Amino acid sequence: MNAPQNGTKTSRPSEAPVNKSQESTVLDRYEPVIGLEVHCQLKTKTKLFCGCSTSFGAMPNHNTCPICLGHPGVLPVLNREVVNFAIRFALAVEANIHEISVFARKQYFYPDLPKGYQITQFDLPYCTGGKMILASGKAVRLMRAHIEEDAGKNVHGDESSYVDLNRAGVPLIEIVSEADIRNPEDAADYLKRLRSLVRSLDICDGNLEEGSFRCDANISIRPRGQEKFGTRCEIKNLNSFRNIERAIKYEILRQADLLDHGEKVLQQTMLFDAASGKTQAMRSKEESHDYRYFPEPDLLPLRIDAARIEEQRKALPELPEAMARRFQEQHALSAYDAAVLTSDKDLANFYEAVVKRVDGAVTEKIVANWVTSEYLREANNRSWDFINPPITSDHLGELIELIGKGVISGRIAKTLFEEMAEKGPGNGPKAMVQEQGLVQVSDTSEIRGVINNVLDANPGQLAEYLGGRDKLFGFFVGQTMKVSGGKMNPQLVNDVLKELLDARRKG
Amino acid sequence: MTVNLTVKSIVEQIRAGSLTPTAVAEAYLQRTKNIAQKLNSHLHLDEAAALAEAKGSAQRIKEIGADRLPLAGVPILIKDNICVRGSKTTCGSKILENYVATYDATVIRRLRDAGAFVLGKLNMDEFAMGSSNENSAFGPVRNPWNLDYVPGGSSGGSAAAVAARLAPVALGSDTGGSIRQPASFCGIVGLKPTYGTVSRFGLVAFGSSLDQIGPLTCNVEDAAMVMDVLTGLDAKDSTSVQHPHAGFAKALASHSDGLKGKTVGIPEEFFDSGLDPEVGVCLERAIADVQKAGAKIKRVRLPNISYSVAAYYVIATAEASANLARFDGIRYGYRTKEAGVSLKELYRKTRSEGFGQEVKQRIMLGTFVLSSGYYDAFYAKANKVRELISRDFAAAFDSGVDVLLTPTSPTPPFKLGEKLSDPLAMYLSDICTIGVNLAGLPGISVPCGRTNAGLPVGMQLIAPKFNEQTLLIGAHAYERATEWHKDQPAI
Repeated sequence: MNAPQNGTKTSRPSEAPVNKSQESTVLDRYEPVIGLEVHCQLKTKTKLFCGCSTSFGAMPNHNTCPICLGHPGVLPVLNREVVNFAIRFALAVEANIHEISVFARKQYFYPDLPKGYQITQFDLPYCTGGKMILASGKAVRLMRAHIEEDAGKNVHGDESSYVDLNRAGVPLIEIVSEADIRNPEDAADYLKRLRSLVRSLDICDGNLEEGSFRCDANISIRPRGQEKFGTRCEIKNLNSFRNIERAIKYEILRQADLLDHGEKVLQQTMLFDAASGKTQAMRSKEESHDYRYFPEPDLLPLRIDAARIEEQRKALPELPEAMARRFQEQHALSAYDAAVLTSDKDLANFYEAVVKRVDGAVTEKIVANWVTSEYLREANNRSWDFINPPITSDHLGELIELIGKGVISGRIAKTLFEEMAEKGPGNGPKAMVQEQGLVQVSDTSEIRGVINNVLDANPGQLAEYLGGRDKLFGFFVGQTMKVSGGKMNPQLVNDVLKELLDARRKG
Repeated sequence: MTVNLTVKSIVEQIRAGSLTPTAVAEAYLQRTKNIAQKLNSHLHLDEAAALAEAKGSAQRIKEIGADRLPLAGVPILIKDNICVRGSKTTCGSKILENYVATYDATVIRRLRDAGAFVLGKLNMDEFAMGSSNENSAFGPVRNPWNLDYVPGGSSGGSAAAVAARLAPVALGSDTGGSIRQPASFCGIVGLKPTYGTVSRFGLVAFGSSLDQIGPLTCNVEDAAMVMDVLTGLDAKDSTSVQHPHAGFAKALASHSDGLKGKTVGIPEEFFDSGLDPEVGVCLERAIADVQKAGAKIKRVRLPNISYSVAAYYVIATAEASANLARFDGIRYGYRTKEAGVSLKELYRKTRSEGFGQEVKQRIMLGTFVLSSGYYDAFYAKANKVRELISRDFAAAFDSGVDVLLTPTSPTPPFKLGEKLSDPLAMYLSDICTIGVNLAGLPGISVPCGRTNAGLPVGMQLIAPKFNEQTLLIGAHAYERATEWHKDQPAI
């Protein structure tokens, strides 16, 4: 719900930011109770009630018309595609879809709200129930999800404030969880999974920074063993997974501190300030708005019949959980690797494309290692997306294939990968290997020659080794690789070195 | 050319080639110049724009042919709460004093497509809230039959202008009687269609679940012709429907004995002590005339109708409080001149200065009935009452009644200022018409007499949903049996 923001005032004198030991003693004594509300912008081409584009980043007020500007006399017409998207979400979380649901007007004044009310669903949402399963195996029940329109944006500049209504009327589903979450980590996990799900469903692009996936958290704490819930606060303005965890942790400590000092937690709406890491009171319950909801007379009740639900069920893509199970079976991956790879549908598709390209030259597990470690690290650092990344699945597959066929060593491959990440893939790994003469040396006579030179060049270490210091084996491997510029087949270096050292011991 | 023309006669002369849209426009503009000022009926009369519109009509006639345009060359006046692109749409309010509509209402598009053209925009009670047209920010409209009297409201400009023959037809809007009551006060015909029949897209909303656009004309036949054009499903209005029995003008032509064998129900509740005696006399005579025309009279009851005004003032004001929230001085319309105020003050001052007394009163009432803790006692209950009233009407029709006959207003036109200090008395002006909106039924007011002072009295016919045909056929038969519709004010 897009509530206006009143003036701020602090609640309790601010404390030092969270420290670990403080946190663990608080959690020994108090149990947090957390519920989350998530707004997902649906990526339909047009807005919820008019034909305007939903594209992000257009010139201010470019994607508007008399309807989303709230001109006199206009009427809303429901975008059918929005309802289809919403049905897909409900099916994916096994919610109950209601045959009849009702749009309502939620009334408040704010410059980014052109009509003076938001069209949403109130007492009769299109779906209730459903659940999300966390990494811990715990289920978080969903209370409801409903369809509503987004508000515009107020932009505060120099001496004036401006209103950009491009976002006004963009479709949202608001997903409300039950207060089933008991720690900040589960809260973050719930949100990551939810994001992954809506992205898999292809109904929301899940971009926290651009605001297409937004979260508010309701938090209360209660002494361990107590059944009754404490007084809750709602935190708004959480725009990254990291901030969500930070904010929840801070809020738990703030509430615990109040209770420890014999004070009461006031029911308030809090704003999280990422810079200070603190939550600040935005408005109290007394100041909260009376939204005066009533059924939207300009729209008929929404009817969703069984045939339509079945049609959408058929359109459902493979969902993250099912995909993770398949990855474990089909690609012989650990549960962990499968979960990481399927946490994002584009990443999962990328992985499968690399597997296909490698075509059995190495195991799928090795491909998974490459994708989840090297590739993911660079992708995160460099903000690549997995649909059009600078290093494509073909490039990565080619590189891994070169290792599999023994053309280059893993070490060379990593160096090459970093180079490609830094400078771009050029003509691809194969060409780079040729150009830079990086082909792995697997000729044992050449290896034998290099090793003999190394042994002769280090008589002191050799004597120590022969005297029983076996640990120096690694030193000679290192020296050999160094001399050869890392191009020698490491397994062969091992074998030949062992053979030569054994011979010298005997000799 | 004289301007004592009907819609039908204009279309016929245009088709015969003896009249052009421009000639029609010029004649009406000439007459309007002399009279509109006396009545204060017009808010925007732009002669150049009107002549350009007439030219557009002529062009369409040239391209498509007058025979295929049901309203070829017909000038039409528009209540100022219906959007006409490029022209001011003030809703009779200071808050929209300089608002220029950015698009055409669906009805405007339909009318132009049918060969009609917009002649000007008409005064009204602010945001259609009122029964006397004294709530306009631009001054009251006067009744052409006697300038000391009100023309009714809220479509007072529409009724006064048509009665004074400043156009053969005007559009009005009716939320609780705002077409029918002024039609009755000005001695003309006014039709409120079944909810959903005419698109509301481009009608500035008052009570969204009650509002309907409809025609005000000099006779029933013209109303049917205009309704044929206004009626139709509109993809831009989710509450609009495909009318199952359209083709009204044709139906009129093929039913000359409209009342013969029909059963006309007389709801007793509307004929009790609250009825003005002079109106009562006119209605008794009308009932006798209907009987003479071959109808059977049946007394019926609408047990819950006495709650209609209360339910209406909860539902309509609740919806209005939300509908009028957009007038906040942020994007368009009036904004307080006071500089450097906080956002909250900007809203408060803009709306305090921009809205008139009656509108503010209704916004407050509507805000109150939707408030947390009061919703069930007021809004939810009013909707239950609404359902009961709908069932009362359904039961009456189920008992074999084809149409109901009632007064349109319990009183004849009253003097300007007479009821301003007594809002409840003003609200009761609509007691006969409000139930029809709550139940979503079609209703028509036709002239049925005059008071001793010479002021018009109207009667209302009500039919089941989507039975506009029955309504028009019955009204037409009554009209043919009487002379009242031929009377004209001597302005």
